[in-house]
Amino acid sequence: MSRVRADEEEYWHSSKFRAFTFDDEDDELSQLKESKRAVNSLRDIVDDDDDDLERVSWSGEPVGSISWSIKETASGSTSSLDGRDSSLQKGSSSYAALPKQASSSSLSSLFKGRNKLPSFQSLSDALTDTGVKNYAPELRRPKAEYKDYSSDWSPKDTVRRMQRGKVCSLERFRSLQDKLVLLDEAVAGHDGNVITAVLIFLKRTLRREILFRELEVRQVALCHLIHFLRETGEQKFLLDLLRFLDRTEEVALSQYREHLNIQDVEKRREFLKGCIGLPFSAEDTSHIQDHYTLLERQIIIEANDRHLEMAGQSELFRKYPRKASILNMPLVTTLFYSCFYHYTEAEGMFSSPTNLKKTFKIPDKQYVLTALAARAKLRAWGDVDALLTTKNWLGYTKKKAPIGFHRVVEILQRNNAPVQVLQEYVRLVEDVETRLNLATKYKCHDVVIETYRDLKDRIQLTAYKCKVERGSAEEEKINSILNN
Amino acid sequence: MAAHLSSGRVNLTALREAGRRELREFLDKCAGSKAIVWDEYLTGPFGLIAQYSLLKEHEVEKMFTLKPGRLPPADVKNIIFFVRPKLELMDIITDNVLREDRGRSPQRDFHILFVPRRSLLCEQWLKEQGVLGSFIHREQYSLDLIPFDGDLLSMESESAFKECYLESDQTSLYHAAKGLMTLQALYGTIPQIFGKGDCARHVANMMIRMKREFPGSQNSVFPVFDTLLLLDRNVDLLTPLATQLTYEGLIDEIYGIQNTYVKLPPEKFAPKKQGEGGKDLPTEPKKLQLNSAEELYAEIRDKNFNAVGSVLSKKAKIISAAFEERHHAKTVGEIKQFVSQLPHMQAARSSLANHTSIAELIKDITTSEDFFDNLTVEQEFMSGIDTDKVNNYIEDCIAQKHPLIKILRLVCLQSVCNSGLKQKVLDHYKREILQTYGYEHILTLNNLEKAGLLKPQTGGRNNYPTIRKTLRLWMDDVNEQNPNDISYVYSGYAPLSVRLAQLLARPGWRSIEEVLKMLPGPHFEERQQLPTGLQKKRQHGENRVTLVFFLGGVTYAEIAALRFLSQMEDGGTEYVIATTKLINGTTWIKSLMEKLEPAPF
Repeated sequence: MSRVRADEEEYWHSSKFRAFTFDDEDDELSQLKESKRAVNSLRDIVDDDDDDLERVSWSGEPVGSISWSIKETASGSTSSLDGRDSSLQKGSSSYAALPKQASSSSLSSLFKGRNKLPSFQSLSDALTDTGVKNYAPELRRPKAEYKDYSSDWSPKDTVRRMQRGKVCSLERFRSLQDKLVLLDEAVAGHDGNVITAVLIFLKRTLRREILFRELEVRQVALCHLIHFLRETGEQKFLLDLLRFLDRTEEVALSQYREHLNIQDVEKRREFLKGCIGLPFSAEDTSHIQDHYTLLERQIIIEANDRHLEMAGQSELFRKYPRKASILNMPLVTTLFYSCFYHYTEAEGMFSSPTNLKKTFKIPDKQYVLTALAARAKLRAWGDVDALLTTKNWLGYTKKKAPIGFHRVVEILQRNNAPVQVLQEYVRLVEDVETRLNLATKYKCHDVVIETYRDLKDRIQLTAYKCKVERGSAEEEKINSILNN
Repeated sequence: MAAHLSSGRVNLTALREAGRRELREFLDKCAGSKAIVWDEYLTGPFGLIAQYSLLKEHEVEKMFTLKPGRLPPADVKNIIFFVRPKLELMDIITDNVLREDRGRSPQRDFHILFVPRRSLLCEQWLKEQGVLGSFIHREQYSLDLIPFDGDLLSMESESAFKECYLESDQTSLYHAAKGLMTLQALYGTIPQIFGKGDCARHVANMMIRMKREFPGSQNSVFPVFDTLLLLDRNVDLLTPLATQLTYEGLIDEIYGIQNTYVKLPPEKFAPKKQGEGGKDLPTEPKKLQLNSAEELYAEIRDKNFNAVGSVLSKKAKIISAAFEERHHAKTVGEIKQFVSQLPHMQAARSSLANHTSIAELIKDITTSEDFFDNLTVEQEFMSGIDTDKVNNYIEDCIAQKHPLIKILRLVCLQSVCNSGLKQKVLDHYKREILQTYGYEHILTLNNLEKAGLLKPQTGGRNNYPTIRKTLRLWMDDVNEQNPNDISYVYSGYAPLSVRLAQLLARPGWRSIEEVLKMLPGPHFEERQQLPTGLQKKRQHGENRVTLVFFLGGVTYAEIAALRFLSQMEDGGTEYVIATTKLINGTTWIKSLMEKLEPAPF
């Protein structure tokens, strides 16, 4: 758990590091409130006719913008188009008088009382060719480039033409030598479009071994081909290539990725089984193995539970119907599920939480956290108690929480645990200040009182008296402590 | 609509106008009435270039979104597909074309406009499906650099980082170089090029090569830019991972800004008119455009969020006072004067109302405990505390199943701030992530490793402390209200990328050679010869203009930091920013994640 709150506070104030604090909390808030108030009060003065002024539809799309127009023109027949036209026409005169976001309506100009209004009618008029033409020189290509066909382009010219989007026949590059020059020329141009086009040509006209061999010394082209194969889904060709290059880990990952395209769970499981032997890095191998095992378990659990649920004989499933199938869910979700529906099962069962914990080596912390959340959701407070109780070899029992008792309290509170349950764990929070905070927040009076007693803090204890009910047992308790 | 583009030091309206011209020319090639079928991703970027009115002037009568099935029955002569060169889109187009009713009369003509480049691969694909011949015009529209604001250009190429650093596909770099050539055609040759990183080197090489290959393109435009700085995103992997703390940065982190638009929860924007209490609350999100055309936004967008409240309240007072004026208006002339100002006051009021609401929404989040805890951990990492062991907060977040992207951002941040994690720590995080979120994420973790975001420490050396100290990446005495250093944008952390730009301007990179060598990729300088007569004679006190191009994405906080440097009184340099994509940590990590669902068609 991260630093306790109070420590944190001190840390920020004492150390040289600055958090994004709101020291002037009230001030800042009141400032916002103030501007809000001003804004609201002004509403009465000014006739609020936003639509006219902003010329945006409620969704905020400026009227006339492209995405707005797609909706408009697509939605109806020509008649609606005409209808819109006229309404636009109507609106446009008022708009011209009140340009919203033109710079002339700036705040400063307003207060200087300046009042210059642009006179153009429509937006496109604002940028009529007259003024701007001078600034925008022709970006057209030189005339010569339009000259179209010749069968005798050099590799360089061919690449250059292709870069300009001209279609070129590559068939005349017959020898390997020519083809490689063409490829190198394309790579030098850095235009992926052209590089890919040349690669497609080479892929079609060269033997695989030769293509692979030549690409091995041309890394940029190689990357483009891999990307291309991935895009077009030529999985087999891709794997052959990666294998040739001895990029085994990539082969493995690339193959593993395929499972995402398999919808049928049985087939997916079979596929994952096949992935286990692939040359992943050591720690990835164990993750892939786990992935397979998990899906295998899920299929068994799912079949079993669906049956149970349909039969309608399990009270648990009747009372808490499953919201979704457990297939393809992450491990922790699966653990939660099994803590929820199969908590008491013997370790030998695939669906039992302890079995999952063992099989996947789930750390204690993760396990307790998940189990706690599941049991608390079912309001099974006895299970919660048992989960946090450990016995030492002498048979003494002790409460232990690998996640810290403040987290336990948090989870229980979120599940609306009664005060009696809550207070038992608040009492176990080690840090005194955190304990007091939690106890006060959740009205665990006994814990507050005992803590002040242990701290021998009469002042706080006296002050706390007004927080408990008059004539209650708690008040009596405070009085008796104060009297001693 | 485009007035804000001319507000900066460089008038970017010209670039927009060039784009409009090219679009008009293409539309006129397809004579007669038209319908456009849009790749939905493109409508946002195109909206920054042209409105529907322009298309309509060129006989575009209908517009549809690209989807499989039969095309809607529009009575037009031409059907034009506006698409990115992607194979999955080609499949949809193929489906559309094959289902077209051959018997209909008159027949409709098909055309394709590829954005930003025609793709031979796509055309090959269409050919294999037997539909290539159905298209009369197949053209490209080089929408390389799109003007977003007076000082901001983006290619909006989502996958640029992934392609460059994961797949070694340099096509987006080629487009970047193309975009820079266009920019030079409009604004003159940029005499000095600096760069850091492999991709930067590639782009510079391509520019030089392109210039050499088109000697005819020698232009006679007086140069507007003095310097081009090309920066690889992987030189600074740290910055996008941290939570941005400027107003605009936070809007983007929380709600996501797309093509200058943001969608916000509608509750706070409900029109509260008197006597309309019964009106239903709007359920559709409120969409707002955010750019410097709105004066209030221009003033607060780059401020640390902690400094926004006071500006808003000040504005509120000024506006209230202005409205009070009406009581003093006695003569007809005075009243007339007041009334004539009303529209502007109304606009200012509505702008203030919007930003007050947005600030409230953001404040709800920034004051939450979790935001605070998350930021605490980020700041510990960035200042070099406990980066070499498993972090409790991250573990807790995993246990509570916080969004995976949040976890990945934090773990990657820790890895970057430690020059890689100890093997044991890395394995621990990996196991926890896979067990909690699913084993298939092994593919994503692998991608992050390849991109260098998440890796084991090699050689047991941690360079980050040296880099941090030399470049002063962590500043203890940050002033959020009246900043004196760029570190205010992350409340303490000064973005590495922007520090490099700042040090380049003064005193020059020679002072940090050692650190530059620790960062990946080469650093270099190139000069482009200018014809005599075009060489600049600088007026005394005139600022230099530097174009900073982020290859692989830039965050709003970095943009804010560069704007801050532009505005410094003795700075001497003004910055214009270009990028392949506007990003934040979340969108960035997302672009590197393996797509786990099969395509929806």
